[in-house]
Amino acid sequence: MIKTVVSSSLPVDEKLEIRKNRILPLHPNGKGNIFSIVTGTHGDELEGQYVCYKLNKILQANRDKLEGIVDIYPALNPLGVNTITRGIPMFDLDMNRIFPGDVNGSMAEYIAAEIVEDLSKSDFCIDIHASNIYLTEIPQVRISEETADVLVPYAEKLNIDFIWVHGAATVLQSTLAHSLNSVGVPTLVVEMGVGMRITREYGDQLIDGILNLMHCLGIWKGDVKEVRKPIISTEPDEISFVNAPASGVFLPLVSHWDTVEKGQKIGQIVNPLDGTVFSEPLAEEDGIVFTIREYPVVSEGSLIARILRREKP
Amino acid sequence: MRKGTIYELNSLYRDNMKVTGYFYGKGEPAICIMGAMRGNEIQQLYICSQLNKRLKQLERDRKICPGKEILVIPTANSSSINVGRRFWPSDNTDINRMFPGYRLGETTQRIADGVFDAIRHYKYGIHFCSFYMQGTFLPHVRMMHTGFEDISLAEGFGLPYTIVRDPKPYDTTTLNYNWQIWETEAFSIYTSGTDEINLESAQEGVEAVLRFMAAQGIIRYDQEINHKTHILWEKEMSVIKSDQAGLFMPCVKVGDEVEKGELLAEIIDPYIGEVRKEIVAEKKGKIFFARNKPIVYANTVIFRIV
Repeated sequence: MIKTVVSSSLPVDEKLEIRKNRILPLHPNGKGNIFSIVTGTHGDELEGQYVCYKLNKILQANRDKLEGIVDIYPALNPLGVNTITRGIPMFDLDMNRIFPGDVNGSMAEYIAAEIVEDLSKSDFCIDIHASNIYLTEIPQVRISEETADVLVPYAEKLNIDFIWVHGAATVLQSTLAHSLNSVGVPTLVVEMGVGMRITREYGDQLIDGILNLMHCLGIWKGDVKEVRKPIISTEPDEISFVNAPASGVFLPLVSHWDTVEKGQKIGQIVNPLDGTVFSEPLAEEDGIVFTIREYPVVSEGSLIARILRREKP
Repeated sequence: MRKGTIYELNSLYRDNMKVTGYFYGKGEPAICIMGAMRGNEIQQLYICSQLNKRLKQLERDRKICPGKEILVIPTANSSSINVGRRFWPSDNTDINRMFPGYRLGETTQRIADGVFDAIRHYKYGIHFCSFYMQGTFLPHVRMMHTGFEDISLAEGFGLPYTIVRDPKPYDTTTLNYNWQIWETEAFSIYTSGTDEINLESAQEGVEAVLRFMAAQGIIRYDQEINHKTHILWEKEMSVIKSDQAGLFMPCVKVGDEVEKGELLAEIIDPYIGEVRKEIVAEKKGKIFFARNKPIVYANTVIFRIV
């Protein structure tokens, strides 16, 4: 059942509509929880599109196994998805920095407020992101430390590889996840893959995890697969960032899940004009690569890898 | 006048981006004026160029007070200005959402760090900036209520309005906010214009800064303050939104006095020209902000009235 969450007119013959698909159990008993899956806040992040498509198919074909309502919101920022734009066209602020929105603010803030109003009726929410066009990520859940006690046990059921509990930052108080967690809707933020692309393997992995989590919450009584046990990082100094020391073209020498040693080359930053190497950034810690640069052109400072510090076995 | 490089960033196929500062006087870091941090802030760049012209003359006339140093940075983002992008050319991030910056972080965090390191010791900080909504303002001073601000100092600019607002989470990474946290008395000044130069408004901005410097004993400059500033909280302003989308046909402009019930704008159907909505003033006042784009979405702020 397709529902319009919020609608706002555009100047010429068009409406901006945020839609969701509500999948009801075959035999509703009026007691089931609402489980929401949202994605597409950033218009250049498409990994969640595959997840929404597949979940829709699976759940609609198995409504007899549903014990609650599932709401799927595939595009919170339809204009961004359409224009291959991360943000909302003609609006300065990142959409994920304006929640909980403001019905008396700009159009974007109004839309954000209506989205929060609708999602706040959920009992659980998963917000799927896909890094950006520059970096590719292993499937992971990111949790702010103040919500870790509540959310980590849920995240462990999601079949992801990594749970990153990070420090609280004031600016992150304006994310959708923060707004929903603040009003009592446990919300997990998934980051996986890369912007502007779909990685089916990661999507399938997350779908297995979502079904498992729904099963644990009593919303899904279909079969589930055994889920993987994620690595959990709770200490800020466990994450090492590798930034480009120079501008140039980045050629990686490592991949996701590679274990690297302190001092090992992460890649080369080269100069195609004269065939020289500007820089060979090094790992500063022993550990596992969980983020790697995807887009080759880098400026001084561009993030090229994140390493989860782990001692050598 | 002394010219110095505040921060320099290398590039693969372009010239290095240099953030250039112009220093006047010698002594304690008294005041820093920051211009364009976004690539379309041409008005802000122009104002700083005019300020440099005036300060150069004032220095020549020995009117910079002894023991005071003034720094003007016309832009921290020439890379975006030169290619017509509002935000950072390669990743579309906003330098003014990266403060206080991070020396080992991403590119715009490094720029913010390099710039902030050079300017956070100044006693007063003024940022000429642009708003996230499309429109023009009456020239005014804008301050954030952080607990560190001294609103009475804004009188020194001699602008008719000072607007105070409570910061939102996304404001905590702006230059203004971080200046305040690092104990600089920080002010943002909005003039009428961003992408295009408004000469009259730019002149008001330059004069306001010179008046402020004189009021704080940084320069000797004789110009009377013609009006007392009205201090207003942003949340107390009358906000007029359009609940209809279409072509926006304003009947009034920024600065106009309007009566309650007066027609402010029409939203017309873009195909057949019929009026979809008449926007009228809900109370008497002066147009403080007006949208300046010919198309309008529904649920969009089009006027603010004081």
